[in-house]
Amino acid sequence: MLEVTNLACTRGEHQLFAGINFVLRAGELLQVQGANGSGKTTLLRTLCGFIQPLAGDIRWKGQSIRVLDEEYFADIAYLGHLNAIKDELNALENLRITCALAGNSVSDSVAIAALRRLGLRGRETFPVKVLSQGQRRRVALARLLISKAPLWILDEPLAALDVSAVVLMQDVIGEHLANQGMVIFTTHQSLDVAGVEPRRLQLS
Amino acid sequence: MSNLSLHGLMALVISRDLTLAMRRRSDVLTTLIFFVMVVSLFPLAVGSEIEMLRKMAPGVVWVAALLASMLSLGRMFSADYLDGTLEQMLLVPQSLSMLVLSKIIAHWMLSGLPLVLIAPVLGLQFDMAGDALLIMVVALLLGTPVLSMVGAIGAALTLGLRGGGVLVSLLVLPLCIPVLIFGTGAVAAITDGMSAAANLSLLGAFLLMSLLFTPWVAAQALRISME
Repeated sequence: MLEVTNLACTRGEHQLFAGINFVLRAGELLQVQGANGSGKTTLLRTLCGFIQPLAGDIRWKGQSIRVLDEEYFADIAYLGHLNAIKDELNALENLRITCALAGNSVSDSVAIAALRRLGLRGRETFPVKVLSQGQRRRVALARLLISKAPLWILDEPLAALDVSAVVLMQDVIGEHLANQGMVIFTTHQSLDVAGVEPRRLQLS
Repeated sequence: MSNLSLHGLMALVISRDLTLAMRRRSDVLTTLIFFVMVVSLFPLAVGSEIEMLRKMAPGVVWVAALLASMLSLGRMFSADYLDGTLEQMLLVPQSLSMLVLSKIIAHWMLSGLPLVLIAPVLGLQFDMAGDALLIMVVALLLGTPVLSMVGAIGAALTLGLRGGGVLVSLLVLPLCIPVLIFGTGAVAAITDGMSAAANLSLLGAFLLMSLLFTPWVAAQALRISME
């Protein structure tokens, strides 16, 4: 369970948001909404622990994430604007290394299965630099299929994805929620997960 | 909890960085060629007086090594920062200091170690004696990791800044002066017929001190830069 109480954040002199409160329980989906520049990315990065909030508290399973530190990191999977994949490596190497860094060492066959599910059949050993933006995003998203983290924090996961990939992501998120996972995400597209009503958090 | 051991993390990060460097060899080679060029310029510029060349050899090699290592510092974190890998690294469920140490080790293997290996060949250009060459290599072996470690702090602090490369040099070069002094001092001592033990011990002490503190400081600097 993720509890956020009275969270406030500033960037420079400018206050982005204040008084953010929510509780996210297993199986829940939270969509952070707001115009460009309203602080969606900052909120997600604060939840990851990259940014120290100006005020307020973020608690995971009842303990402050500052105290939990590495234990908390083991429980979250973060996907930012940047894909965190290397041009010099191929899709398979990228996926295996990022998963291993997150503590999930996987075999080639598991990684290939994840890439294929995301529609990268036949591209597994292509250098990432020859892939398109959407395909790169798919390589990054394949990480989520392997991750065992209960809390997913996704910043614009649908950016650069085509219609079929968006449908696929809805399925993937749906499965994660059905397994008692939690997802916090931002998007400007519509994302409908079957059987789950997303909670919404509006930033102004 | 994660099933990633500390040892596994270090092996993973080092092998990853080495693989990446092997896929883009030009980065490693430019540092090395820069080092060779700078050292080779001196005999051409100051003339071929053998006594003078022999005397200034260790200083020239050390200054060139210092400059070459500054050249490669910018690469330590910047590529990972730009493509978002660094964000994922901060979320690794293990000690960030150890991850930074692994990156420093990989960086040294790619930028410091080649300099150490090629330095004796350059020393011959200056007609250095055998025992002086040996001491120079030992001193470089102890000193270049310190340059990488102190440099890591500067590289972490200047991440994402415009003109970060120059700023890193301004931050880091003054801190590297002790290494330069004792590194050249070791060779000077041996050519003057004294023991180099004192200088080498001090270099060893620098190495241990930096091993102890710099990964932690660089890790904190990274967290600040990523805010």
